[in-house]
Amino acid sequence: MPESYSNAGNTIDYLFNGLHLLSALILVGTMLAIGWIVWKFDESREQAQHIHHNTRLELVWSIIPCIILVFIAFYQMNSWAENKMNRPTIEVGGQTIPKPPLVLVKAKQFGWEFHYAGEDDRIQTQDDVYIENELVVPVGQDVVLQLESYDVIHSFSVVELRLKQDIVPGMIQFAWFNATREGEMEIACAELCGWGHYKMTARMRIVSQSEFDNWLSRVTREYSPNFGSDDGTP
Amino acid sequence: MLFTMHATIMIFFVIIPILAGGFGNYLIPLMIGAEDMAFPRLNMCSYWFMWPAFGCMILSFFMPGHGPGAGWTSYPPLSVLLSSAPGSGNAQTLWTLGMIFIGVASMMGSLNYMTTIIQMRAPGMHMFRMPMTVWGMFITAIMQAFALPVLTAALLMQLSDRVLLTGFFLPEAIAANNASPASGGGQPLLWQHLFWFYSHPAVYIMILPAMGMVSDMLSCFSRKPLFGYRPMVYSITAIAGLGFIVWGHHMFISGMNQILAVSFMVSTMLIALPSGIKVFNWIGTMYGGRLHLTTPMLFSIGFVSMFIIGGLSGIVMAAPPVDIMIHDTYYIVAHLHYVLFGSSILGVMGAIYFWFPKMFGRMMNDSLGKLHFLLTFVFLNGTFYPMHLLGAKGFPRRYADPYQLEGMLELLPMNQFMTYCAIGMGAAQLIFLVNFVGSMFVGPKADRNPWNSNSLEWSAPSPPGHGNFDFQPIVYRGPYEYSHPDTETDHFPQIVAEATDMKNVEVNA
Ligand SMILES: [Cu+2]
Ligand SMILES: [Cu+2]
Repeated sequence: MPESYSNAGNTIDYLFNGLHLLSALILVGTMLAIGWIVWKFDESREQAQHIHHNTRLELVWSIIPCIILVFIAFYQMNSWAENKMNRPTIEVGGQTIPKPPLVLVKAKQFGWEFHYAGEDDRIQTQDDVYIENELVVPVGQDVVLQLESYDVIHSFSVVELRLKQDIVPGMIQFAWFNATREGEMEIACAELCGWGHYKMTARMRIVSQSEFDNWLSRVTREYSPNFGSDDGTP
Repeated sequence: MLFTMHATIMIFFVIIPILAGGFGNYLIPLMIGAEDMAFPRLNMCSYWFMWPAFGCMILSFFMPGHGPGAGWTSYPPLSVLLSSAPGSGNAQTLWTLGMIFIGVASMMGSLNYMTTIIQMRAPGMHMFRMPMTVWGMFITAIMQAFALPVLTAALLMQLSDRVLLTGFFLPEAIAANNASPASGGGQPLLWQHLFWFYSHPAVYIMILPAMGMVSDMLSCFSRKPLFGYRPMVYSITAIAGLGFIVWGHHMFISGMNQILAVSFMVSTMLIALPSGIKVFNWIGTMYGGRLHLTTPMLFSIGFVSMFIIGGLSGIVMAAPPVDIMIHDTYYIVAHLHYVLFGSSILGVMGAIYFWFPKMFGRMMNDSLGKLHFLLTFVFLNGTFYPMHLLGAKGFPRRYADPYQLEGMLELLPMNQFMTYCAIGMGAAQLIFLVNFVGSMFVGPKADRNPWNSNSLEWSAPSPPGHGNFDFQPIVYRGPYEYSHPDTETDHFPQIVAEATDMKNVEVNA
């Protein structure tokens, strides 16, 4: 799989590899057992054993997998919470509040809009700046995205960040990440959204904080509110 | 929209009808010692509901848009908002109609199975003397009876959203191609919940009967009692019960409540336990046996190994953080094909080889059968195993042209390899077809019990005439008394009263 760009992504990779290692062990073990049985107990034997069950053996092979499964279930809960439940927070006046979103991502058939806050530092206001098909974010920071859809269900997915979140029209979703490296990657839609689903992509650039500030102020300066609105998008 | 049609046809028109409709109707009365199903007319009615369903599906495919535009999961708003999928209007409506018909047909069928199994067992056939095949079909029928009404209701709501412009699944203030829906206030996630409430159990509806049949074949060809019969029954029941509370694992990243996701994750992990117990019991059945590697036995062993792979990848996916990554990639496609094709279809094929002599009074060719198994097994893995690797690289499913994404072009050779394997797999089925049709006419004649099996159907004539049995079957024991120390032969049929009677049976047969 492509290299991970975030710590949360590394954890997912670690879980992914760990579970596969475990699966591989079980797979090889059971396959060897089946192979050995097929080879050993062939028709040349005189008679098959007449056994119906073996309670002790059955208890062993019920309890051990049960423990393993419960362990896996609890072991990966933290990672889930970190990715989907515990939105990053900030301190404001001694109070801890959820970090406000940096970008409002709006999905539509078949493209992406990225709305940045204008001068007032808040999204969804009059002076929002919006660009199409390019998302620029700073490195080493908790970035919160607010996800919305104009029409049908889309899914915001960046493989390199191990990020995927469906966007349901009529609902507001949040996604967050903290990129550890700068780079460029592709945003794709991961939920079938119509005939043009496969080409619903956008660029994502992770840049340094100063580069991001420069870029944002340049975009804000050059931005004219009519840009893009003549194609009929709201 | 080929993949939608492939999924719909395979699931609703091949696997479920063959397993439930074909084998269920044929085997249940035979295996419990009944003359026929409880409600023959209901059966006909269910059968005649299949045809309009077929008709709708085929029409849907030839409509402009070539089938529904929203995938087999048919998520709204894409499937409801006409302007969001221009051109596929009638196709989607017909698809929904077809699904409603097939749902009604299966519901009637499942009622019939339950009644037959509960009411019509031969004297002495306790519930815990029924072969696993019957148990599998019984539990499946219960699942269908509880889950299908939900899907059917949801489909009716979707149909009304499309045709009557209601808004069950349409939220407020959306617009596609500058056209807004007539009504709103609905919730797209509602559809997903209702849909998966049926469609996860549907997976078990497709695999539980196959599990039962494989249990019977493994025991018969190992000449050994099924290891842990009662735990097998309980684990089938547990799978079915848990199967109703795991649907949310299809929705980890759908935007539903994230705490809810945790509970679905736990139940999904737990469902691996009864599945694992079944695998161990199958292996335990073979251990210490005297294995006859006939074609049905090979398919059964194939079933078990493919089920292990499908089950393990299922555990990997049940971990929600990992699911973030592999959701909607080819990994899922690999998993479901291992479970549905690798397991279910291999089981069904083994069952066809196994019960063919009963159905047609002739044996199928064993060498051709083994060749068929070998080719199917090899090509099946060649086709579906690489999908795991594709999925791990993030290869998305449901893309018309995935190579538009960067980094995907390097996967092209692997895809070509899979295509060749898929073609090979298709070609291997021709061997089966030839064998099947040929054996119907020129296969060697089979007597009543060609495999020396215990269960009731093997004491009926091959093929059984009208009314199934030419005597009143009375059941004295469970179906798995192979290699019993008291008998001279290595089987001990359910209808034989005493071990000393065994000789007479041989003569009578
Ligand atoms: Cu999309
Ligand atoms: Cu499921």
